[in-house]
Amino acid sequence: MVHLTEEQRIRYARNIRIPGIGEVGQAKLRESRVAVVGLGGLGSPLCLYLAAAGIGTLGLIDADVVELSNLQRQVLHATSRIGKKKTESAAEVLQALNPEVNLVLVDRRVTAETAEGILENYDVVAEATDNFESKFLINDVCLRMKKPFATAGILGLSGQAQFVVPGKTPCLRCLFPQVPRGTPTTAELGVLGAVPGILGSLEALEIIRWVVGLWQPREDGSGRLHGVDGVSMSLRTLTVRRRPDCGCAAIR
Amino acid sequence: MKITLNGEMRDVGDGTTVAGLLKDLGFQTEGVVVEINGTIIDRTRFEDTKFSEGDRVELVRFVGGG
Repeated sequence: MVHLTEEQRIRYARNIRIPGIGEVGQAKLRESRVAVVGLGGLGSPLCLYLAAAGIGTLGLIDADVVELSNLQRQVLHATSRIGKKKTESAAEVLQALNPEVNLVLVDRRVTAETAEGILENYDVVAEATDNFESKFLINDVCLRMKKPFATAGILGLSGQAQFVVPGKTPCLRCLFPQVPRGTPTTAELGVLGAVPGILGSLEALEIIRWVVGLWQPREDGSGRLHGVDGVSMSLRTLTVRRRPDCGCAAIR
Repeated sequence: MKITLNGEMRDVGDGTTVAGLLKDLGFQTEGVVVEINGTIIDRTRFEDTKFSEGDRVELVRFVGGG
């Protein structure tokens, strides 16, 4: 039974008007639990748009503190909060944006040992970490726990994003069986803030359309890889397929 | 010969392989996804996959920052 308060009907009026969302979709958002791993460049727009859209519970997961050099891209944080935990800095903004969202602050690193415990209470995971090792760790853990997840990466003026439904669409290892090695980091090659702005927003959109049921994985097991290249200013979408010898192939 | 690379025409020499093109572009083969005419090319085949005239090539760099 869908029941939204009068205030919710006003707050979410523009969501509710979208064909395929409506009050039913809005109620699904309110009932959903999304974990955001990484409150940096990608995590900033992700958290803002998920909280604004009315996600019921948002897990804010990051063990770092806000630094001056973060602020040209991590727009969730602020100069006045340098030195503060990113979880607390994020919560301050998100609470003010939408007091209805239940925020769970997790000031811990996601590792092979901690990942399952941290992620077990969530329906969907938003991967927004800053290194390949963590991205592939979250890929593997989400596959094991059968949790759908959005994942993305950024560097310089380019980035990519993908949404993975375990057993239904290709995972990161369908494309890269091994974690790519020797690739430069944003600390070395830089990154322009608008790039994670686009890719983090893409992740938020992927999650919202999944939660409200606007989209179902295709029967043929294909998925999409979105690429943004800010040098040539091109946006490309590739159809990717599950690799029959990938570890994820056994998941149903 | 001409191929279309991410929507733009590009001249490549006859016999150019995927690995050769990535090298010309200055990309590390480690972190690129390549699609030719709608099919993703397995990374173990980059060295021996040659382009043909008119191929539609899509290339997405796979990066790890956040």
